Amino acid sequence: MGGVKLSGAEILLKSLQAEGVDTIFGYPGGQALPIYDALYDSDIRHILTRHEQGAAHAADGYARATGRPGVCLATSGPGATNLVTGIANAYMDSVPMVAITGQVSRALLGRDSFQEADITGITLPITKHSYLVEDPSELGRIVKEAFHLATTGRPGPVLIDMPKDVSSEVINYEIPGEMQLPGYSSVKDGDLGLVLEAARAIAASMRPVIYAGGGVVISGAHKELLALAELLMAPVCNTLLGMGGFPGNHPLSLGMLGMHGTKYANYAVCECDLLIAIGARFDDRVTGKLETFAPEAKIIHIDIDPAEIGKNVRVDIPIVGDVKRVLCQLLEVLQPGLREAWRDRIQAWKKEYPLSYCDNGRLKPQSIIREIYNITEGAARVTTEVGQHQMWTAQYYSFTKPRSFITSGGLGTMGFGLPAAIGVQVGCPDEVVFDIAGDGSIQMNIQELCTAVNYELPVNVAILDNGVLGMVRQWQELFYNRRYSQTELSNPDFVKLAEAYGAEGIRVTKPVEVAPALEQAIRSSKPVMIDFVVDREENVMPMVPPGGSIGKMLG
Amino acid sequence: MRHTLAVTVENNPGVLTRVAGLFSRRGFNIDSLAVGRTENPRVSRMTIIVEGDDMVVEQVAKQLHKLIDVIKISDITRNAYVDRELVMIKVHAEPSARAEIMQLVDIFRARIVDVGPKTLTIEVTGDEGKIDAIELSLRPFGIKELVRTGKIAMLRGVKNSAKNNSQKEEDVK
Repeated sequence: MGGVKLSGAEILLKSLQAEGVDTIFGYPGGQALPIYDALYDSDIRHILTRHEQGAAHAADGYARATGRPGVCLATSGPGATNLVTGIANAYMDSVPMVAITGQVSRALLGRDSFQEADITGITLPITKHSYLVEDPSELGRIVKEAFHLATTGRPGPVLIDMPKDVSSEVINYEIPGEMQLPGYSSVKDGDLGLVLEAARAIAASMRPVIYAGGGVVISGAHKELLALAELLMAPVCNTLLGMGGFPGNHPLSLGMLGMHGTKYANYAVCECDLLIAIGARFDDRVTGKLETFAPEAKIIHIDIDPAEIGKNVRVDIPIVGDVKRVLCQLLEVLQPGLREAWRDRIQAWKKEYPLSYCDNGRLKPQSIIREIYNITEGAARVTTEVGQHQMWTAQYYSFTKPRSFITSGGLGTMGFGLPAAIGVQVGCPDEVVFDIAGDGSIQMNIQELCTAVNYELPVNVAILDNGVLGMVRQWQELFYNRRYSQTELSNPDFVKLAEAYGAEGIRVTKPVEVAPALEQAIRSSKPVMIDFVVDREENVMPMVPPGGSIGKMLG
Repeated sequence: MRHTLAVTVENNPGVLTRVAGLFSRRGFNIDSLAVGRTENPRVSRMTIIVEGDDMVVEQVAKQLHKLIDVIKISDITRNAYVDRELVMIKVHAEPSARAEIMQLVDIFRARIVDVGPKTLTIEVTGDEGKIDAIELSLRPFGIKELVRTGKIAMLRGVKNSAKNNSQKEEDVK
């Protein structure tokens, strides 16, 4: 052992490679210089974004698409604070991410030094854990722990803050020792007694509904979920992050539930006598008014995070464990069921209250999303920004595969989609990637178009351009007496803008132009931005008014 | 209802900030928090008194458990335990009043730890009831300054609320 002299930065990169990292998204700066100097000789691929926020979202998108942890890197101070939104976004959606920041040298810490920010302090409530590295000899262990924490249990972002002199200090490298995490354990299997209790409740149920969230996708339990639903003949509704965890075109699929869910999903939840919540957290956008959410139902809640159980609703049968393993345990003890009356009732709702929009010959956002679905045969990786276009995507693109829908759910970050699409394309180079965007959101990280051009990442950006901040405007229309305060946008020429960045730009104003434009975009080896000039008045329907019961929807 | 939580944590920098920050951002109220090293220098023990119904306290404990530096949490409220708090009270004491104050100090088995020209500083340990009582008795003389450590607590008898070198255990379901 020993003998090898390495700098802190070299140890960092060596440790990252030991964790299987081959790609980093980042942006250099003063206090990160030793790390960037070491990267110069490294095999790790570095994707230079145009803003640190872009790097964080790209790492996020990469992680969600591949299931491997995403890594982003920034300098101290403003570099680090620019990561904050991206870290918060990953935290809310349980995305495995390791964020590395430069920091001022140890002797300068706490003195308001140039480009100093207390980033471990700032990110305390939005990281699973964080480290300020005070001794380069601890780095190997810290990196090992950081990846373990980010990827196990309920995944989340972990931050490593690297003072410049820690990065540049040369020490005798030794293989890192054991992880020291006496306070950390991640439960895996569910409690057998509770699994059996759940099985009894399921057997006794006449009207079960499965409510499946992002946990199904994260734990890779889509096959088990499908088996469970088919065994019980139980309908499945998905949360926004759960889309793709159950095939959207399956007869048992109810699509999304909640504020902009389908009526039949919400009605089913209202009338069910048993709600099986799997890897979901009873978010307020899902439940609406809590007192009227699944009022007649016994609730089984399966989740890896014990703190989610009983947080928002009272649970009858709590099962803490990895979703995939708990579902396997359940499948072993369950009997098939045929609940024909319940099935017929749901089929009747589906027939009576389908998702619909008025197809009046104008260019409709919903029809564009259907067209993207048709042309990509439902096989594209789709990211979105946040707003109306995001809800329409969830409603009208029937996601059939896990990790195919990548969207900012918990934090609702406008500007997420384009950098996330870049991360997705880096992780899945041979797949078709679409960022479905709004004209407001796209401008929050549009500079990343340059990143896509530089690295020849052929992402497709479909802007559903209605010239307004549509979702905010929709709320103003419905709840603020049509007082459209600050929601009109005067936009740049997106086609010229795309061309200025070296991408391809296409404008579409008529329904007949949609399919040819999409085909051209998919064929192109360049990033393509399509400006779909859509009907301004279109709203996302149906809708549960804020604080209302999910059984009472507008539209 | 008030709950007494015994929390063992890794003695890492920032651990107190993590715990305190969690309480403030989740809107939980801390009545008192006392922290210090245990017999294992790498482990500290916090005694946290938190106000809330069982649901709230359960959520507090679960959220605390998610902090990587937290090793173990025990809600010892419903167990037999001893708790103590140390308080120092600087009370206005004219020569004419000193005898009476010293008598009170004796009754409460407190101690005088400093004598000034016009003040006495009294140290008292005990449970909440005793401390409230002595504070009330001294108030008529004029309390100049009062500082309390916050409550520390330990289970009675052979049961341990925390093994300071053990793996994380699930005490709070």
